[in-house]
Amino acid sequence: MNVHLLYRDKDFNLQQDLPWNSEAVIQDLELDTMLKAMADENEFTFEVAKTVILSGLDNDEATIRYHQQILRDCLKNPEVVESIYTIAVESIKKEKENYLGIFSDYPDAILSRSMKVLEIFIEELKKLRNLANEKYNDFDSKGFKGLFEMLKRDLTDEYFSEMENHLTQLKFKNGVLISGQLGDGNKGKNYALRKLENGNKNWWERFKYDYLFPWLENSDKKWIRRLAHNNSKKGVYNFYIHYRDESGIRALRNIKDEGINLAANALAQSDDHILNFFVHLKSELAFYRGCMALYNKLASMEAPVFFPEPMETGHLHDVRGLYDVSLALTMNRHVVGNEFRAENKDLIMVTGANQGGKSTFLRSVGVAQLMMQSGMFVPAEYFRANICDSLLTHFKREEDTEMESGKLDEELSRMDEIIRHITPGTMILFNESFGATNEREGAEIASQITGALLEKGIKIFFVTHLYEFAHSFYEKQHPKMLFLRAERKPDGTRTFKIKEGAPHQTSFGEDLYNDIFRENKGNEPTE
Amino acid sequence: MTFQSILFEREMTIGADSNKTNDLSFLSDLNLDQVINAILSGKKEYDLEPFYHAYLNDTETIFYRQEIMRDLENEILLTVLNSFAEEMKKMREALAALEKLFYKNQIERQFLDIVSSYCKAVLILYNDLDSILLKSKGLLSFKEYLKAYIGSDYFTSISENARQIIEDLSSIKYTILIKGLQVKVRKYESEINYSEEVEKTFSKFKEGEAKDHKAKIEWYANLNGVEAKIVDGVSELFPDIFSRMHLFYKANFDFADPVIVAFDREIQFYISYLNYIAPVKRAGMKFCLPQISIERKEVSSKESFDLALASKLVSEGKKVVTNDFHLNGKERVIVVSGPNQGGKTTFAKSFGQMHYLACLGLAVTGREAKLFHCDKILTHFEKEEHIVNLRGKLHDELYRIHQVLEKATTNSLVIINEMFTSTTLQDQIFLSEKIMDKISKLDLLGVWVTFIDELASYNEKTVSMMSTVVPETQAVRTFKIIRNPANGLAYALSIAEKYKLTYGDILKRLKS
Repeated sequence: MNVHLLYRDKDFNLQQDLPWNSEAVIQDLELDTMLKAMADENEFTFEVAKTVILSGLDNDEATIRYHQQILRDCLKNPEVVESIYTIAVESIKKEKENYLGIFSDYPDAILSRSMKVLEIFIEELKKLRNLANEKYNDFDSKGFKGLFEMLKRDLTDEYFSEMENHLTQLKFKNGVLISGQLGDGNKGKNYALRKLENGNKNWWERFKYDYLFPWLENSDKKWIRRLAHNNSKKGVYNFYIHYRDESGIRALRNIKDEGINLAANALAQSDDHILNFFVHLKSELAFYRGCMALYNKLASMEAPVFFPEPMETGHLHDVRGLYDVSLALTMNRHVVGNEFRAENKDLIMVTGANQGGKSTFLRSVGVAQLMMQSGMFVPAEYFRANICDSLLTHFKREEDTEMESGKLDEELSRMDEIIRHITPGTMILFNESFGATNEREGAEIASQITGALLEKGIKIFFVTHLYEFAHSFYEKQHPKMLFLRAERKPDGTRTFKIKEGAPHQTSFGEDLYNDIFRENKGNEPTE
Repeated sequence: MTFQSILFEREMTIGADSNKTNDLSFLSDLNLDQVINAILSGKKEYDLEPFYHAYLNDTETIFYRQEIMRDLENEILLTVLNSFAEEMKKMREALAALEKLFYKNQIERQFLDIVSSYCKAVLILYNDLDSILLKSKGLLSFKEYLKAYIGSDYFTSISENARQIIEDLSSIKYTILIKGLQVKVRKYESEINYSEEVEKTFSKFKEGEAKDHKAKIEWYANLNGVEAKIVDGVSELFPDIFSRMHLFYKANFDFADPVIVAFDREIQFYISYLNYIAPVKRAGMKFCLPQISIERKEVSSKESFDLALASKLVSEGKKVVTNDFHLNGKERVIVVSGPNQGGKTTFAKSFGQMHYLACLGLAVTGREAKLFHCDKILTHFEKEEHIVNLRGKLHDELYRIHQVLEKATTNSLVIINEMFTSTTLQDQIFLSEKIMDKISKLDLLGVWVTFIDELASYNEKTVSMMSTVVPETQAVRTFKIIRNPANGLAYALSIAEKYKLTYGDILKRLKS
């Protein structure tokens, strides 16, 4: 039984290795804020959301659409999703309550514990199957349809009664029948549990004399029965163990244990498998529940969301009203969105005023990419983009207080690491990189690196205040480059909008200075 | 000729050997006691000590053994013999274990298994030996003996019977019904395997690898009371098979062939020695089967060494120093002098060891060796511990060397290590020359370690050898500082270069 709500053909693995640069991505894109909103204080949901989103870069277009459909279904049927989630959570909880402890060495203890857990699981699976029957038509996604169909197909009433029948049999009301062979030293070996045929046979045994000799008195039948019984005793060797013979009792239990070991194992493994099913159900649903929580929060602040259109090939960003989720969540209101269209562009260079929203813009691009690729909606009014197979970030690290040369060394060593991991399908975000030296040297380094990456057709977003660097690329008038600039009105105020535009010589530090020293108009977003 | 023993070509028993009573004190002087103890320690059950203490007086037996040693250089043959030994060991242990068993049905079945394993082991041994090219008289005639034994009526009947009865017992299938404290034993009547049925039903949930929940159930090889009762029950259900098992047990108590049993013990004489020298060999040290002469005292050796010391050094991963020696014409006594800690005593010991081991028919250290078949080995080593005053010590030494020379014949070997050191040099020279005179007259072969130079050139029979000390060499480390022209790169770009992040570097890196 498979859940397969995240991947069509495999289970979700919460313990999987995340991309090598996950720590950096989380930090640079300030993902924690969004993950916390999804998790609603639930640590488990946090981990699931983090894993699904960061590993989402491996998803192909079909998987992304698969997620989108499921998420739409969830948003349409929140109560049903909640019920399924509750069944999974309850099953896992009840299983934990029945723990085996110190008796895990004894098959009979394993067997009886497994039977108890199985009884609980059967009840929960019945609930789940019934839900699948009732709500099947309310769902449209392949994922949910598939899950429900699987439940209906695999968990029939007949199958439930087959399991329940075993649970009765395995109580061994009529004793344990074990076959054996003689091994070395004539010691019994190959002990195997055998089926005691009693159901029908008992009925026949009980009534066959009535049927065969209907004319006889009851007392005579009893006599015949006893005679027949004795005869059938031939070929039977019978003995008893004294109730105070402790070692004898232990020896007998050993044989019995060997006999039931496999059945106990089968049941215990089934418990594990079913538990595993519920665990997957819980964790895969946890992701969608996280998405639902985020959706509700954004809806409550009237911030738009959009199910994006992923493109398998080419380089494209066609977006409208794209905003930074984390910023919106922090401010608890809808924030300014941006619009740009970059078709067949390899380098998108962003220049402009300090504190003009460049970093926020870059983050919104990165976060939207991750959200799109994990099958979520994105924070935008419209969003179409190509998918990438890895998302690398190279952000200036503010916390680094070492001397300048050490800083540059650190930046370059991170860049070295990035080059090691780069692939043709990489999208890389630079934020004020290589500024840790004087502008000329910084520009030279940035030019060489960017030039080489461009040559290789890597998709680059580069936010920089290095005018010389930006300008030299702008002058090339290359068709695969797009230049954006943080907007500044003629009076010097910022709109926090990023618009198409050539790099300007100054980064408007003067504005900023004036802004801070002249008057304090309340806090607009800071970088 | 019929096979007698893998150690002796002709009938001979160790107990009757006169050498048994010989004084073996020289073994500890030569550190051979260490060697022998180490060899014996892993093989106690075979009681090999008498063989290692039995100095062979006839060269024929030495050659008989050397041929076998040569055959044993074949690793395959060694493997074959080792696995046979392993089987025989199991057989002895199993037979001993039988005595501790209670239940007839177990004892008799165990016995069947033992006989069956014995027969198999003998058959395998013969077949294996037959497939190996053997050259030694000893192993070839043993192989012929085995061939006849395997073809004998007795062997074929026990092996076939044992096999058949075991097969019949193994084919028995029965069931046990346990209900409370009641146990019923019946013949198996094709009842359905219920575990499989349960597994089948629940396999629907199977997904990937599952944790194993099978309990480890205590298992003892021996039957307990309940199991014995169950087997009793089975024996009543299948009386014919069990009675054949019983008869077999009664009839075949002495199934093991005494000649094969003796072979199993005696071949260990060679194997134990080969096992002991194996690590030394692996360390690259050479061993050889020496030429042995009963007449010529012109002994020689290349790359020989002290076996006891080498075994220790190799185990510590250290290097072993080898020596060459040779005596020509009338030369008889090697006089070893030179600086202390130079390996003088070690050399003397290895000289003695080689002669002793050669006379057991074993391989000796060194790439090649010509040795003399001496009638006895006599040693005189300093004994410090028991002596109280110096006069006592000199007296003791003179007394002991006197005894040595009394025992010596012209065919004896003598090893002397630092004698008369407790007296004045003048005395030492005087006494030593006296002793050397006697040795010369007896025409004894030997080694004498001393610092009295005069002895080295005493007469035409003495040969001088000296220990040397090799000066240590020291490795030289260099931390050179040389001028390099500045390459004019700015600091930042030089860091970029360091990380291979220039335009050209990146293009190169992304190509692969």
